[in-house]
Amino acid sequence: MILSVRDLAKTFGSIVAARDISLDVPAEQTVGVIGANGAGKTTFINMITGHLRPTKGTILFEDRDITGKPSRAITRLGISRSFQVAQVFPSLTVFENLCAASAVAGKDGGSLAGLLSPLESPATLKEADAAIELFRIAQYRNVLASTLPQGVRKLLDIAMAMAGAPRLLLLDEPTSGISVEEKFGVMDVVMSALKSRKLTVLFVEHDMEIVTRFAERVLAFYDGTVIADGPPAVALADPRVQTLISGTKPVGTVLHA
Amino acid sequence: MNTRSYIIGALAFAAVAAIAPALPLWLVSLATIAFANALVVLGLIILWRAGLVPFGQGLFYATGAYAVALISRYTGWRDVFVLVAIGALAAGVLAFLIGFLLARYRDIFFAMLSLALSMILYGVLVKTESLGSTDGFNVEPGTFFGWRPHGAMLSFALFWLVLGLSAVAAFLISLYFRTVAGTLAVPVRDNEIRLEFLGVSVNRLIHLKLVISGILAGVGGALAALAVAHVDPNMAYWTTSGGFVFVTILAGAGSVAAAFVGSLAFELIRSLAVDLVPGTWQIILGGALLLTILFLPEGLGSLFQRLRRTPEQPAPEKA
Repeated sequence: MILSVRDLAKTFGSIVAARDISLDVPAEQTVGVIGANGAGKTTFINMITGHLRPTKGTILFEDRDITGKPSRAITRLGISRSFQVAQVFPSLTVFENLCAASAVAGKDGGSLAGLLSPLESPATLKEADAAIELFRIAQYRNVLASTLPQGVRKLLDIAMAMAGAPRLLLLDEPTSGISVEEKFGVMDVVMSALKSRKLTVLFVEHDMEIVTRFAERVLAFYDGTVIADGPPAVALADPRVQTLISGTKPVGTVLHA
Repeated sequence: MNTRSYIIGALAFAAVAAIAPALPLWLVSLATIAFANALVVLGLIILWRAGLVPFGQGLFYATGAYAVALISRYTGWRDVFVLVAIGALAAGVLAFLIGFLLARYRDIFFAMLSLALSMILYGVLVKTESLGSTDGFNVEPGTFFGWRPHGAMLSFALFWLVLGLSAVAAFLISLYFRTVAGTLAVPVRDNEIRLEFLGVSVNRLIHLKLVISGILAGVGGALAALAVAHVDPNMAYWTTSGGFVFVTILAGAGSVAAAFVGSLAFELIRSLAVDLVPGTWQIILGGALLLTILFLPEGLGSLFQRLRRTPEQPAPEKA
């Protein structure tokens, strides 16, 4: 198992953001995470990436306990993430963004020797161009990130998250802010890029069609915990999921189900 | 910066050093102070690129200057190279220590905290009567590997010293701008979250920038102390720090050379203004800054970047 989570919980005062989360993710699996706003999806991702410290429970990554470690340390161990709002460097070009990402991601970000080594090493430039190729954004290579279309910006964010060869990638709503027509195209590019690197992927998504098409397994969150876990066909057919998340059954039916 | 820029830079420094004896003495003295201060400005540019404006860089400037003055007062050491090295070390150690605090802050909080720290040193110096309080005290003339120049020759020797150290600093800092830390200045300004999730400690990155800029300010202060042969608490006062910020705006953060051109322009404008309108010279300085902000928002440095650019290389469209 690349990721094992046991009894994970997070409370903010009297508010319970996550509770009783226990699950295992085998290597190279693609997991779709669904749930309404406030269901605990992002809290879950933030705990794994060290952005939030769990109140209770343990997180094992490749059999190593990473519970409560700072995000920098977790990143260097091999877990990377993209963001709901793409986090790129707006005043650098696409190529410069990727150079910066690959220059620092491979190195110990705190070491003086790493910080004082040249940025534009041949390896860095090569890696940046490989990422541009992989994500098919060559036509935007020298465009400032601040002027990119939303879809390309999201791709760049994910490409930067892949710098430094992580083994587990967490994508927080990779298609949010992208038009319905573009969504599938963007996800095709992302998923084929991630598959080619044999990455384990957890992605948060609201569009059930995208989840059905790209996820091998679905985690359905409701009220801070996982209410369904299984292949898309099974998890999405769960009556509680249909009522509480996908909205294919009217509210109320769940009580009688 | 490519090899050609380094050669042009080296030739420029050599040419200035060669023509120095032909220049009027007042201009040599002015340029000595201007280039010593340019080293401080170079340190400001490093922080400026990361979106940080230190309003108290006088702290390190005064530390470097007082370190030189104290050593030359209480020991027999007179060699300028040893003294400048001690000034750099003192300021660097101080920057390293207060960096643990200062590197946590950004924007106006960084600016004000740095100002507050420099004013603490100012207060201490003003209250220390053994160091001459507000009057400060004199610095003995330095020696150059045993050579003791006097009069005009001392001025030229100091000018060559400042010029040589400026050339070394300019070369090292332009190398630094190509390293991971140097290039990551804009990303620090742009997006700290992304950097943290790439595994970089932004605070440690800023700490490193603080130490480098502190050392540069210490060298600048040490050289100024030797050149003026006097130190006083005004070197730590906020108007001194404000002057460095002023020159940074005038020069622009675009290139290493800009710091030297900008600092020289500042000292020239100031001394001409004082000559022409002794009572109201600040109006002329203020006007110069206003015109720079209006017409050259990226500073004097952007002028020769425009000249260097060929038509095939359009200007990067940066806001």
